Amino acid sequence: MASRDEVWFDDAAGPLVRPYALTRGRTRDNRYGLDLVTLVVSVRPEVHERIVEPEYADVLWVCEHPLSIAEVAAKIDLPLCVVKVMLADLIEVDYVIYRTGWQPVRNAPDMDTMQKVLDGIRKL
Amino acid sequence: MVSASSNPSSPVAGPAIDAVAVKVLISGGFGVGKTTLVSAVSEIVPLRTEEVITELSNGIDDVSGIEDKSTTTVAMDFGRITINPELVLYLFGTPGQDRFWFMWDELARGALGAVVLVDTRRLDACFAAIDYFERRELPFVVGVNCFGGDQPYDVDEIRAALDIDSFIPVILCDARERESTKELLVKLMEHVMAAARLADRVPSQQARSSAPT
Repeated sequence: MASRDEVWFDDAAGPLVRPYALTRGRTRDNRYGLDLVTLVVSVRPEVHERIVEPEYADVLWVCEHPLSIAEVAAKIDLPLCVVKVMLADLIEVDYVIYRTGWQPVRNAPDMDTMQKVLDGIRKL
Repeated sequence: MVSASSNPSSPVAGPAIDAVAVKVLISGGFGVGKTTLVSAVSEIVPLRTEEVITELSNGIDDVSGIEDKSTTTVAMDFGRITINPELVLYLFGTPGQDRFWFMWDELARGALGAVVLVDTRRLDACFAAIDYFERRELPFVVGVNCFGGDQPYDVDEIRAALDIDSFIPVILCDARERESTKELLVKLMEHVMAAARLADRVPSQQARSSAPT
């Protein structure tokens, strides 16, 4: 007799139900090619927090300053796949802006970036 | 790509939004000291991020995997080094369990290189990582974590036991020590750059069509 919704919010289903419900079951999102080290920063979270769901507001405040997606996920303690979907939703409405992580170009290594990393480690 | 937003009086030292973010992987068997190594050089207390896999639905866009609870959580610990506001390096510990290959793929995509941390008492624990990086042609160095104690084997013996090419650096280290870990990362970056120069000079066969005329 139980409807699908009631099964969803069963206690035994555990704490993951809410985030997945938030993302309406979406677990993968390739709209923006987001990955672990994509940097994100929210735009005027004090304005947008009032418009979005509370969990989305949490995301906005966590990335008030530029952070990698891995850090956002760790700080709000949600699985990466959920955070990526939420961030993609926020990017779509321009509440969050992003910068994709470094990608190697085959046969055109970015020696300059590598040298800077090496120098940076030496100076630690 | 995007411009920085207004950041009123940021007390948080971190990257700028237009920074370049790079990553290296810290890999090896369970309990070999990956997170210890990350802690030794990270400017933040290592963070843990989790990915949830629905094993039956295999990532398909539905909730069936959640309903029958066939989910597995994979945890990764990582740290950060802001080299300057324009360049930030992330160190990601790979999941200890070898079967989470899909997670390794996400971690390895765009990575500069990897450290394979080994414990000579459990050398076999790192074979999967070495195989993986060799297959993906991701440059790596081997760090032999000596846990501050004596190491009964020399580098050549370890190299032979791991069956890796002679140009791959094998370095004795102590993952608890900042200087030792720094040295390991320096060796990694030197190796990554040497490998990149080599690849530049000897283009892979797939790229032959783009040869200049």
